[in-house]
Amino acid sequence: MVIKIITNFFKRIFSDLFEDQKHISLGFYGPPNAGKTTLANRICKDWTGEEIGKVSKVPHETRSVQFKEKVEIKFKGKVLTFKLIDTPGIATKVDYEDFMKFKLKKKESQKRAKEATQGIIESIKWLDDMDAVVVVIDSTKNPYSQVNVTIVGNLVAKKIPVLVIANKSDLKKADIEKCESAFPDYDVVGISAKTGKNIEEFYESVFKLAKKAHKKKKKK
Amino acid sequence: MAKKASKKSVKKIKGLTLQFMPYAEIESLGSAERIKKLLQIILKGKVIIIQGRLATEEETRLIEDTMALVGTIKGFKGIELAVISPNREQRSAWNKFKHGMAYVLIGDTEALTVIGPASVIKEMKKDPSKLEIMMSGK
Repeated sequence: MVIKIITNFFKRIFSDLFEDQKHISLGFYGPPNAGKTTLANRICKDWTGEEIGKVSKVPHETRSVQFKEKVEIKFKGKVLTFKLIDTPGIATKVDYEDFMKFKLKKKESQKRAKEATQGIIESIKWLDDMDAVVVVIDSTKNPYSQVNVTIVGNLVAKKIPVLVIANKSDLKKADIEKCESAFPDYDVVGISAKTGKNIEEFYESVFKLAKKAHKKKKKK
Repeated sequence: MAKKASKKSVKKIKGLTLQFMPYAEIESLGSAERIKKLLQIILKGKVIIIQGRLATEEETRLIEDTMALVGTIKGFKGIELAVISPNREQRSAWNKFKHGMAYVLIGDTEALTVIGPASVIKEMKKDPSKLEIMMSGK
């Protein structure tokens, strides 16, 4: 009996250790141009020295899912390994004429629009593969948009832990409080992925999110 | 003078059709059929007002199916979608219980869902209890 208790104790300790070493698939979701890739790039730059993807002022710059495997993040003496998954922005409409406003030619705009629609479908399909998700919203825009609500609602239905990031907090128009009131049941952290403002609080929240994801994994 | 100003500011909206859909009309349908029915109406250029709301999985499915249609149907750019619900926080405990029971039995029929083609609706601005619809000028 004593031997069993001791072996179970060590099993638990070691399984916890190994569980911690397993990576967490962390997805970045949100509407186009909210700063998902900018945030994913900052994390990758901070911990691997490389970026995950290109950013642009033209919406739908990310049109296919992009990854960064084995990103080790250290926070307050703890180390966690993540697989970062940057997804194309989800929208309910894609109009090629909108891209032409950014001086893109008609053919190029049409191609971009086609790729953007495929990217949105791909993003949605990937939802099931996430252990945890960071929903990135633009804090200078109305947080009550249906796309935001639908993404968060879906994650809740799938029991995937969610962290809401109110990005672009460095801009004058940013309204973090409005974002918080739009998602009263979730952790909302205001940051600027571009300038790095409040990034420490972001990492702290990511570790809390990872803890929830680990718990969910263990239950499976 | 005032008459002149109002004449200038009020523009007629040509060809806007609002179709009301009671929840009972889609209640018995499966998710795929529900989405198909909605898209058929949207593709006719109509704006649908649904009593109630779709399940979140159905909302994503609607976005997926919509994206698959963009570029394959001429002039179709996608949809505008918004759901407005009453503020449940201000209700008494009894009312919360009553509405909670109704939610379990018949779903969220208190909400209103507005869906329309992006070629007709330019933008929908939602605040918790207010919905502003901007029509496409084209």
